[in-house]
Amino acid sequence: MSLTELWHKLGSPRWFYQMSTHWVWGFGIAAIVLLLAGLLWGLLIAPPDYQQGHSVRIMYVHVPAAMVAQSIYIGMGVAGFVLFVWRMKLADVAIAACLPFGMLLTALALFSGSVWGRPTWGTWWEWDGRTVSTLVLLFLYIGIYALREAIPDAQLRARASALVAMVGTINIPVIKYSVEWWHTLHQPASFTLTEKPTMPPEMYLPLLVMVLGVYCFAGYNILSRMRIEILRREQGTRWVRALVTAPTLTGQR
Amino acid sequence: MNIGALWVREWRVLMRNRSAIYNPIAFMFLAVMLFAVGSPVQDNARGEYGAAVLWLIVLLTNMLSLDSLFRRDYDNGVLEQLMTTAPVPLLAVLVRIAMQWLFSGLLMALLAPLLCVLLGLPVRVIGATMLALLLGTPALSLLGAIGASITVGFARGGVLLSLLVLPLFLPVLVFGVSAVNASLGQQSAAPFYWLGFLSMLALSLGPFAATAGLKISLQMQ
Repeated sequence: MSLTELWHKLGSPRWFYQMSTHWVWGFGIAAIVLLLAGLLWGLLIAPPDYQQGHSVRIMYVHVPAAMVAQSIYIGMGVAGFVLFVWRMKLADVAIAACLPFGMLLTALALFSGSVWGRPTWGTWWEWDGRTVSTLVLLFLYIGIYALREAIPDAQLRARASALVAMVGTINIPVIKYSVEWWHTLHQPASFTLTEKPTMPPEMYLPLLVMVLGVYCFAGYNILSRMRIEILRREQGTRWVRALVTAPTLTGQR
Repeated sequence: MNIGALWVREWRVLMRNRSAIYNPIAFMFLAVMLFAVGSPVQDNARGEYGAAVLWLIVLLTNMLSLDSLFRRDYDNGVLEQLMTTAPVPLLAVLVRIAMQWLFSGLLMALLAPLLCVLLGLPVRVIGATMLALLLGTPALSLLGAIGASITVGFARGGVLLSLLVLPLFLPVLVFGVSAVNASLGQQSAAPFYWLGFLSMLALSLGPFAATAGLKISLQMQ
């Protein structure tokens, strides 16, 4: 199957539902394994920091939450773009599915960052570049959620939230580069794609495991929500009715 | 497409509906008065926060004037006519935003000396404030038009408009305050360049997004 065929097949709710069954299982099991391993490793086994002591362990929650929250928003922006260009209704399902988990992760990142900041920086909150732009990310999520609540018409809602998702994507590079542009409070990145991490392996390996675990959890959550929404939207079709109805003795549905 | 005719129309509509100009400006001075009355008497305390309060009031005033950017023409059907019949709807939207900026952002930049004095900022800051407002307010008008275009159909779209638009305003606020404070402390031209960059970026992206938003609100394919 060529790439374009695959792409258009992905837009079909029925095919996506069938294909995602395996993905959901995979992501779910991987998430449980990775998160359990990462939490035990990071919270119990990994060494304490020489300056921060045990409070560095919040990093194993804070960093994955922040990374995946940004990635989910990028996913929403891409879905918005797909909606505008290819007019795939599944893209709207994707945007709606990404919102709850993305909001939760952003709030978790802000909360865990605040808790981490109290013992290490002496303050619950500072208005520096990264904290402000992450707060803006939360407001963007809430804004798209409020927008969706305010529009009753389905197609209008889809296009409006896709537009806002795309426009808001400009915030992501701001979050990413804010620690390079402004040297106020938040420390620079622990991970980059190109350089060796500044942390020893005993610390960045559990962090990597946690990041992968939260990604898998996000995948599980978002795909599950998408599947439920597909079932709801396509409830009149034969394949959905066949799925949810038990066959009768005479074979009639 | 006759841009001159578009300008003339925008001018006439605005002149026949002057409260759209006066109300935000009145709000601006009211807000300044509230701040001045509410804050402690020492002048240096007012001076420190002066730049931030100035920009905050500018942002909120801009949001007020954005609310009525498309609403009137949306309600009386002219917007739909414009979007369907104009050869380049983008230009019509751009002219509309430009006219709005002339009577909000530009007006605020011209009123900057008054604002600075009322807020307790030192006189030497006035020039920098005018320049910063001149460079930064186009971004506010353009980015705000995106939010206004999406929420024009809502009956009580005002709060949603602010929720969508204030995150976009944030960089302008940061660099605007930095520009005004730069002339108080060490001289630096960097924030002004940033404001100009933000306005240019908004000019290159804003009108397209605003036109798309209008088409969405008008339920056009």
